[in-house]
Amino acid sequence: MGIHIIKMPDIGEGIAEVELAEWHVQVGDAVVEDQVLADVMTDKATVQVPSPVHGRVVALGGKAGDVMAVGTELIRLEVEGAGNEDTVAAAPASRAGVASGAAASAEPSADSAAAALAESAETVVKQTQVPARMAAPAASASPAPSGNGRGPQHSAFHTPARAEGQRPLASPAVRRRAWDLGITLQYVPGTGPAGRITHGDLDAWLARDRNETSHRTTASLYTAHSEETQVPVVGLRRKIAQKMQESKRHIPHFAYVEETDVTELESLRARLNALHGTERGKLTLLPFLVRALVLALRDFPQINARYDDEAGVVTRYGAVHLGIAAQTPSGLMVPVVHHAETLDLWSCASEISRLADAARQGKAARDELTGSTITITSLGPLGGIVSTPIINWPEVAIVGINRVVERPVFQGNQIVARKLMNLSSSFDHRVVDGMDAAEFIQCIRRYLECPALLFVE
Amino acid sequence: MPSPINTTLLIIGGGPGGYVAAIRAAQLGVPTVLVEGATPGGTCLNIGCIPSKALIHVAEQFHALQGYAGDSELGLRVQAPELDLARSVAWKDAIVKRLTGGVATLLKRHKVTVVQGWAHIVDGKTVDVSSDAVKGKAGAPQRIRCEHLLLATGSEPVALPFMPFGGKVISSTEALSPAALPDSLAIVGAGYIGLELGTVYRKLGVKVDVVEAQDRILPAYDADLTKPVEASLKALGVGLHLHTKVLGLSEDGKGIRIQPPKSEEHVLAADQVLVAVGRKPCSRGFGLSSLVLDMNGLAVRVDDRCRTSMKGVWAIGDLTGEPMLAHRAMAQGECVAEQVAGQTRRFMPQAIPAVCFTDPEVVTAGLSPEQAAKEGVDAIEGVFPLAANGRAMTLGSTDGFVRVVARRDNHLIVGWQAVGRGVSEFAAAFGQSIEMGARLEDVGHTIHAHPTQGEAIQEAALRALGEAIHI
Repeated sequence: MGIHIIKMPDIGEGIAEVELAEWHVQVGDAVVEDQVLADVMTDKATVQVPSPVHGRVVALGGKAGDVMAVGTELIRLEVEGAGNEDTVAAAPASRAGVASGAAASAEPSADSAAAALAESAETVVKQTQVPARMAAPAASASPAPSGNGRGPQHSAFHTPARAEGQRPLASPAVRRRAWDLGITLQYVPGTGPAGRITHGDLDAWLARDRNETSHRTTASLYTAHSEETQVPVVGLRRKIAQKMQESKRHIPHFAYVEETDVTELESLRARLNALHGTERGKLTLLPFLVRALVLALRDFPQINARYDDEAGVVTRYGAVHLGIAAQTPSGLMVPVVHHAETLDLWSCASEISRLADAARQGKAARDELTGSTITITSLGPLGGIVSTPIINWPEVAIVGINRVVERPVFQGNQIVARKLMNLSSSFDHRVVDGMDAAEFIQCIRRYLECPALLFVE
Repeated sequence: MPSPINTTLLIIGGGPGGYVAAIRAAQLGVPTVLVEGATPGGTCLNIGCIPSKALIHVAEQFHALQGYAGDSELGLRVQAPELDLARSVAWKDAIVKRLTGGVATLLKRHKVTVVQGWAHIVDGKTVDVSSDAVKGKAGAPQRIRCEHLLLATGSEPVALPFMPFGGKVISSTEALSPAALPDSLAIVGAGYIGLELGTVYRKLGVKVDVVEAQDRILPAYDADLTKPVEASLKALGVGLHLHTKVLGLSEDGKGIRIQPPKSEEHVLAADQVLVAVGRKPCSRGFGLSSLVLDMNGLAVRVDDRCRTSMKGVWAIGDLTGEPMLAHRAMAQGECVAEQVAGQTRRFMPQAIPAVCFTDPEVVTAGLSPEQAAKEGVDAIEGVFPLAANGRAMTLGSTDGFVRVVARRDNHLIVGWQAVGRGVSEFAAAFGQSIEMGARLEDVGHTIHAHPTQGEAIQEAALRALGEAIHI
């Protein structure tokens, strides 16, 4: 008895790790050759791993769901003969019987092809379904490698210069140059004798894209620009990218938009600014929204929260630490108004503007950029009609305000001019139900439409 | 255990595929380790192409001298020549030694690390090399880790299970280093190996019988090409037993039992039996199966870049199956080395020439008329007999012809075949014209030097165009 070890096969180009999706056998099972042992999975495909031998399962290299490196031990089989743990004598020994049986009837023949045929009666490990890339030398018909940033367009936009399966005719030097240039000869028209692709044809092909561009522009006043600029995503930009990606990857976003009549709020704001604007500073809509949010959150504690999905715990906060999404020269930052529930309109307004300035100048302290429990986003006059904001992970909600527009509205039997603004919000639907979210936004709306409520405890 | 060697490219096998890959990779600045258990040069240099060509030369010279003994057309007269076999073999060995030494020097000059020993694959990136062929006896194995593993382990003669090698049953390896000549030699298999060696032995005076299961010699080639070879073998007195099965050694051990068509089984007397029924890839015994690569029978399956089914593991040469030719392995070796160095390469030759050093020689490149028809190519052909070639006459070897196969529509040359003395050198012209995409007119209107046998190439092209001059 010997041990035959099967390693995790390389099931696709460039894939170093494979997920073990399912075992079809257990320790102690007897397996026969070609029996499927396991399903393994990459992000592209699920592949069955068959057994190359008869034997009995001694050990499994992992459990379903494990991610395993290609080449690690997948399964250990006990087999007749020596196995492959010590491969030197193993393979021939277990097959001697088959080999002699098959070859005994073989007639002497000169050609090693015939010999290989006789030998092919021997069993050789089969890998089913795997070799997608081994398919055919017709690979020359597949899209050209995009080594020079020009490749893929060729195949997408140019019809083949010759029929499928007909090999392009080119001298070895031309072929080699084409490989170096990343050009697929299949698409290059040949002008030489018998359709041979010459060096000149390659040059023409290379010039083709440039020519196509210049053809278009000869009749135009405007210069074509075909330069490409590569901007490395580093620093804050990379942080933002990661954060956004994490949020979208983790959170099933649920967006909810509601229209709010802010006519009264706007007249109150105009009045307050006229009365106190000079000495206390002008108010934007934001401090009112902050106040509305603080009040609404009293009834919806599940929304002022952070969700640690690994631990499976939602932490609700008494304090409202409010993130304010702010555009800075280096990108989006979210300074945090701590304990927004303690601030009145003007102190809230001044805190927001102080934090926004600090963020823009890159002077915001670390504390001032972390710890938020819910976030507000506002593009001000650029607010648009609707937005679908991305939640500031691991928070569970974000509320955005859109542009204020004056529109005709029916009031009773009259058409009156009203100032309307949309509230665009997103929630983590794992922990915030749609009903709660809608009621929360309606609650904010009530405060904003009747601003007197903002000041009633 | 000695400390592991880390390298970029690790090559198992120092034959024509492996050593060429190593040198090319080293030229491109790729750190390269080559593992070889025996002398570098592989089958080709040690026990294949080169020594067989040396013995063919010896036999040819001896046979020619014998032809002059007595009354010769050329007006030459010599005493009966004598053969000093030991010296002939020593001369052959010296050539082999010079060539293998040359390979070793080239590897050293290019700073390829050569590790002497037998490789055992641990995984796709790790190989252990034991310095002794007998496992267990040696010291601790040398571990080598690599980014790219290139398998170039070659092939070995196929044994007949009912008549294994040993005793009077020999393979080409033994036949190339005879201590003494047998009185009679039975050869199983009328492929190129059997016929090349059969011709050598026959010319050196051995009674030679060739047994072939198929109904003609050189079954891999078309019948027109093999006819002059068959006629020559018969003229030399080689016994040809076609369509005949070999059943095994006779019970008295004095020959082999054969079963000719439509007649009784009988014993063919032979002092030695050369089994030359083909070669098989060396894919066993060094841990290859643990990689679970896709296979074609015993051969490792590769794509048009010589990649196996495992990333970072490459295979070239005889290990990848037919055609098992040194020059194919060399081209594949370069192809892989350049890819490892980061270049884009494909192994997509238009033609791999093949030569059979019988007397007369046979050379082919590209498609035969039958193959062209099978591939759906509407082809024309042009044949020019060497009997109409002046140079062939002056060499006293007018048997044979040159044939070209071209597309009817655009005269693109898709294949060449030739049979005749010395035509092996045509392989260069054949291969080049096909790879360059030459048409019949290109070859037909190239001035070929007179008087050479090469004129027959030009004339064959012209004949396909209906313009041949000398016929």
